[in-house]
Amino acid sequence: MSEVSDTAERSPDTVGGANGPAARGPSPLNRAAAVFLKQREASILLIAVILFIYFAVTTEKFFSHGSIVLIAQYMAPYTIIGIGLVLLMVCGEIDLSVGFVWLLAPYVMHFFVDSGLPTFLAIVITVALLSVIGFVNGFVTTVFGVPSLITTLGTGYIVYGYALTISSAQQINIPEESLGLGRWFGAAPWSEFIWATVLVLLFHILLTRTRWGLYTVSVGGNLLGAREAGIRVNRIKIGNFMMTSSLAALAGILEAFKNNIIDPSAGNLPVLLVALAGVVIGGTAMQGGSGTMIGLWLGMLVLGVLQDGFNLRGISSNKYQIILGAAILLAMIANTYLTRLRSAGRLGGARK
Amino acid sequence: MSLDEHSSVSLDPAGQHDDILRCEHIAKRYGAVTALVDVNLRLERGEVLGLIGDNGAGKSTLLKTICGFQPPTSGRIVLNGEEVHFSSVTQARAAGIDIVYQDLALVNQLTVYQNMFLNREMVRWPLLRNRAMRKQAKEQLDSIGISTLKSVDLEVASLSGGQRQAIAVARSVFSDAKVLLLDEPLAAMGVKEGAAILDLVRDLKQQGISIIIIAHNYGQVFPVCDRVNLLQGGKITFDKYSRDTSVEELTEIVVSEYRKALAERHRNASGTITGS
Repeated sequence: MSEVSDTAERSPDTVGGANGPAARGPSPLNRAAAVFLKQREASILLIAVILFIYFAVTTEKFFSHGSIVLIAQYMAPYTIIGIGLVLLMVCGEIDLSVGFVWLLAPYVMHFFVDSGLPTFLAIVITVALLSVIGFVNGFVTTVFGVPSLITTLGTGYIVYGYALTISSAQQINIPEESLGLGRWFGAAPWSEFIWATVLVLLFHILLTRTRWGLYTVSVGGNLLGAREAGIRVNRIKIGNFMMTSSLAALAGILEAFKNNIIDPSAGNLPVLLVALAGVVIGGTAMQGGSGTMIGLWLGMLVLGVLQDGFNLRGISSNKYQIILGAAILLAMIANTYLTRLRSAGRLGGARK
Repeated sequence: MSLDEHSSVSLDPAGQHDDILRCEHIAKRYGAVTALVDVNLRLERGEVLGLIGDNGAGKSTLLKTICGFQPPTSGRIVLNGEEVHFSSVTQARAAGIDIVYQDLALVNQLTVYQNMFLNREMVRWPLLRNRAMRKQAKEQLDSIGISTLKSVDLEVASLSGGQRQAIAVARSVFSDAKVLLLDEPLAAMGVKEGAAILDLVRDLKQQGISIIIIAHNYGQVFPVCDRVNLLQGGKITFDKYSRDTSVEELTEIVVSEYRKALAERHRNASGTITGS
């Protein structure tokens, strides 16, 4: 590319800030990189691909059917509760109770099946009913002004205690009559992964292509401004809390079918923390207003690949925790840095 | 001119004017704080009313009460001769009242066109009609000629203060409002952009839209105003047609109020000293 055309193509606002190599104008490669990095999910996709190739080349059996199924099964339930966490974090809230709802849901389903409902109906009713927990979370947070971190800590413990009480903290088997349908709800190797991926796509559309998603971003990005524009901000927040609880209930039920047992030690805080790690690695910001479902899916994929790869190489799960922690920090630093670049206009501000 | 002559402006009891909007005895209290005491304000059909007053006089509070953002504590709002109670901004907008807020109410993380259509999106259920909104936003910004934007796909966070203000003004201009409330529409604007906004105000007036405009630099908006009201101590204390007053007189009134308060404080201070 000649000097002349470079100069002609430079827009006025890039002239001032450019110095050093950048002043020579973008090469096609640089420009392609800039377009790529403009996509929020780009960096995490890159990391996922690199890790995948690394393990595929260096680790025996990583690129085998069994290993891929393990990755898919690992990431699926965290992805499902992560969807809710992304919605909430985009609108500026958080939910610590998802792991306890996860624990409670299969017991509730079991109760409905015991009372004679067909399994499918029992699942649907459980998922719908447990959205009440989200309603309480949202109501207390918006109407009483309690920070959602505290609200959901409180409701989380209540749900936990309730689940342990009604189950007497005992394992129970999946009801016999439910086993057939269970194949569709987590028991078959790929079913939970398919649920997670389809839900990610649906909620991606919800977040980026519908009024609800636009308002969710607005509420998290500028609460007062959203209210001034006439958006019913409490309704948006409460709705997102309700969806989050329902998703957590679904994840809990799918996991129970997958493990073929309803277990009082399921869910709890560890699943919340892993999901949160995936959400953050996927590029969702804590301060509200931005987040992506595709990024979440990729973030979970990264966690799944790391977990599986380390496992196959015989590295203990203790060391995996260190990697997980480092990944969270690196992702957050990269995210903050990219956001700063974006708002300075260095990467352009346009979104697809 | 002494202020006492104007200490209470009453609403045209004879009804000789064609008012599109009247605020009657509006009061607004937040807990112990009284922002508006007793506001009587009228807006004639097709006029531009300048609302001036010092910082904290309650100008923004008054506009937010009219536009449905918050209800008045007491008093009536009358639109086209009928008393109205708005429980939301959306309702007021449906009745033909729209506002540009002082803080602009833009969402940084959304694009220009998404902000322009915020809470009035074009939808083919359940999806947003992004392409149609993008196209229309572009046309609207071009038609008012106040924008130096390269694209309506830019995130608002990356724009200058003047550009942000242009977007906030543009979105209420194209809302089919009959009454438009502009709270400091020139605050972040350069001279050229400011002049374009004032031209726009004149255009809107030509189209029969009635406008209330708050500007802290009232000399700048005075040429487009038909009438000026002064809000002081939670009341309208001055109401004159522009042809009967001048920027100098307005300055004189605002400053004399300040001097009076200062003198009062001095008197009180010396009173305390003599007393003790």
